[in-house]
Amino acid sequence: MSTMPLYEEAAPRRPAPLRRLALGLEPYLYIAPSVILIATIMLVPLIVGLSYAFRDMQLINPFSGGFIGLEHFRALWTDAAFWLSMKNTLVWTFASVALQFAFGLVLALLLNSPFPGRGIVQALVFLPWAVPTFLSGLNWAWLFNPVVGPLPHWMAALGILPAPENILSDPSVAIWGPIIANVWWGIPFFAITLLAALQSIPQDIYEAASIDGAGAWRRFTDITLPFLAPTIAIAVLLRTVWIANFADLIIVMTNGGPADQTQIVSSYIFTQAFRRLDFGYASAIAMVLLVLLLAYSFVIILLRQSLLRR
Amino acid sequence: MTSSARSTSHWLLHYGLLAFYVAFALFPLYWLLKVSVTPNDLLYSEGIRLWPSRSSLAHYTFVLAHSDFPLFFKNSVIVSGSTAVLVTLIAALSGYAMSRFDFRGKMWLVGLMLITQMFPLVMLVAPIFKLFSPLGLTNSLTGLVIVYTAFNVPFATFLMQSFFDGIPKDLEEAAMIDGASRFRAFRQIILPLTLPGVAATLGFVFTAAWSELLFALMLVSKADASTFPVGLLGFVSKFSVDFGQMMAAGVLALIPACLFFLLIQRYLVQGLTAGAVKG
Amino acid sequence: MASIDIQGVRKSYGTVPVLHNVDLSIQDGEFVVLVGPSGCGKSTLLRMVAGLEGITSGAIRIGERVVNELAPKDRDIAMVFQSYALYPHMTVRDNMNYSLRLRRTPAERMAHVVSAAASKLGLDTFLDRKPRTLSGGQRQRVAMGRSIVRQPQAFLFDEPLSNLDARLREQMRVEIKKLHRDLGTTSIYVTHDQVEAMTLADRIVAMNGGVVQQVGTPLDLYERPTNLFVAGFIGSPAINIINAVLRHDGEQRLIALESGERIPAPPRVGGHDGQAVKVGIRPEDVQISAQAEGDFAGHVELVEPMGLGTIVHLGTAHHALKAFVVERVNYPVGTNIAYRLPASKLHIFDAKTGQRLPE
Repeated sequence: MSTMPLYEEAAPRRPAPLRRLALGLEPYLYIAPSVILIATIMLVPLIVGLSYAFRDMQLINPFSGGFIGLEHFRALWTDAAFWLSMKNTLVWTFASVALQFAFGLVLALLLNSPFPGRGIVQALVFLPWAVPTFLSGLNWAWLFNPVVGPLPHWMAALGILPAPENILSDPSVAIWGPIIANVWWGIPFFAITLLAALQSIPQDIYEAASIDGAGAWRRFTDITLPFLAPTIAIAVLLRTVWIANFADLIIVMTNGGPADQTQIVSSYIFTQAFRRLDFGYASAIAMVLLVLLLAYSFVIILLRQSLLRR
Repeated sequence: MTSSARSTSHWLLHYGLLAFYVAFALFPLYWLLKVSVTPNDLLYSEGIRLWPSRSSLAHYTFVLAHSDFPLFFKNSVIVSGSTAVLVTLIAALSGYAMSRFDFRGKMWLVGLMLITQMFPLVMLVAPIFKLFSPLGLTNSLTGLVIVYTAFNVPFATFLMQSFFDGIPKDLEEAAMIDGASRFRAFRQIILPLTLPGVAATLGFVFTAAWSELLFALMLVSKADASTFPVGLLGFVSKFSVDFGQMMAAGVLALIPACLFFLLIQRYLVQGLTAGAVKG
Repeated sequence: MASIDIQGVRKSYGTVPVLHNVDLSIQDGEFVVLVGPSGCGKSTLLRMVAGLEGITSGAIRIGERVVNELAPKDRDIAMVFQSYALYPHMTVRDNMNYSLRLRRTPAERMAHVVSAAASKLGLDTFLDRKPRTLSGGQRQRVAMGRSIVRQPQAFLFDEPLSNLDARLREQMRVEIKKLHRDLGTTSIYVTHDQVEAMTLADRIVAMNGGVVQQVGTPLDLYERPTNLFVAGFIGSPAINIINAVLRHDGEQRLIALESGERIPAPPRVGGHDGQAVKVGIRPEDVQISAQAEGDFAGHVELVEPMGLGTIVHLGTAHHALKAFVVERVNYPVGTNIAYRLPASKLHIFDAKTGQRLPE
């Protein structure tokens, strides 16, 4: 090969201290757009919103806005509707997460081994996730409506309901309406996450276990579950927090009724803020919810750390 | 049991369960479609028939011709499309930084992003409204795009990070030694290899923005800047007796999101797999 | 082409030091191999030369320039990665000319250089293929091609042959050596394989635990290992190590093996009476005989025929010993063998420090 130079040697353009600075700054340039956006649109409003919890903020009252200390929290302590919504939040979150997880895990296991038609089946069963949440709510509300929906008639025929009535207007069972809609909508999240985790388990571990004499069930409990555990922990954590905050379905389907029996904390916040226009009180409730969820997440993360260390 | 009988029953169970899932997933959507093509006079008399004896597209014609639906549709496409593109760009940058750099404050950034997932967004409505109205960002599609972009960046960052984690570091190191700056290596080598991840993120964010109701409702009061969910909700309260028209509007709202989702869903699994490998 | 000068270089991650004060001068055109077990810091050192790792303290010069603060792209070096790091979405041609495109080389010039490199490496027919359609050996060649088209100041190799099977590895080893002979570019080559180190290097740098143990020609390291680590790392089958004590018996210097047997010490060896030492002897230097013509007695425990010769594992009263002989012997297990440890072939190390005794 010839020795003629291929290109001019690129002379460094900046002196050393500046280059060192530029190198150190590099990561921050990449994250800057995200940080600026999150800080201005989420963090600052969050802090402002939290400050409302200590102020008298009523949109209909132009003279409100004064600092009232812990007044809202005192009111909250004696607010029966709030405590009912706490109880409902537990039922709603636990039932939704548990059912989504159980159905999602089974679905992920079914989809994990190849079979003819897997691609199309996977696309179809994941489809509910793409349905806008408010539309899922409306859709299920319609399905539960005896006028246009088949579900009350079917349930009556099966003897589950005494007559084809709308379960959303029966205070004792109404909460199961949004829960069913939520399970329908949320199974794909767990299925996708767990399927991804399943597919990253090295196949030779299963082969080794088979050779060691482990049957299908032992392989599931001794290999699959331990491998999935960290993913399960993080998915359940994210999902619990998210579902506890997720009021769309309830607002669209029941609006918290009948008689507040489906009111969860986040829909109660919505009600306080936009039906009663009491932003101060709404923020106080939101603050309580945030603290509870942070505490919960902290516990789960500790749990996951100890699982990973084992 | 012989092994072939056992494997036959195993496959029956497998397909049987899958059939149940498919039916459960599709039935509500099917019912939406069914009611939307049922003529009004048959709606009540044939309430629980699986397919009406006569079908018609009258509800669709009405929705498309005599409502603001096409406007809402256009607004939603603009908002969701811009949000998806912006979020993907921003999250690609921050996800790359999370995947490749060790920098002071990284844990704080992760913490910040996790916190944004932990409170009801309802409580941001009033502060954001106060922030936006002097800037003229209320009643504007731009305002919605900004809000949605901020809301979706944290999750999209984690998603993109998991895709980048699946790409060997050697590749951009080779490019940097070949004479590329890190940013050029990112654009010319890493991003093209992350196209499935980019597609998954685009689709995910598009669907999320397409569904958002709360801020669309609160930041916009004029019909000409309303998005689809708001329009549909208005439609529901205005025409609350006409199930056929509501469901026709619902089916139309479903189409773009579902199309997008069908295109990207397998990349979603791939991307999460790449992330899971790393732990 | 350029010399590379590494002066007092240290590297630590947080408070964990991974490289301690490395000094190394590489001549223009020299082929230097960094060798050592995994985790010894050899790859870190290479990546610091490349600019992929920061330098905690010290200085690295390529040619006359201190490159500490230079980005990799401004250092004018080429690197071959263990994983090859070929760009999967580009053809072989585009992989090879990417660096030239970045430097806005004229198209004709670029085409000429790439086709010259491709024919040198036997890649002419693959130029329009994507890397995933190539075999491991072909990918390795593309990675080399990508480096040589640039005519860089130096080549850096990071375990480039580790992902190849034994046969291909041998073949590529020879090609790399020929390439260096033809181009004469300064090269730093990292490997954990002492055979690659011995065969390729002008000079070997043996490293362990972030410290340079010995720098020298391959035969220097083989014949005069400076400490127990180098003695044990270089050479296959590995050197025999026997515990012993130095004895001065009047004018005569002896080595008392742990078995109690005494052999004469090598001439000129230092040390003092009663010093605990480790005696090393390479398997090919152990002389064995089935006719009982030797100093000591042992018996055959195992025989490994290698084709090229035979490794005989001996059992003796106190230690195991390997002997390598060129003949194709096939002793039954248990055969009585006499062996001899020639004084001139012994390597004597201090038992505590592991350092070779001064002479």
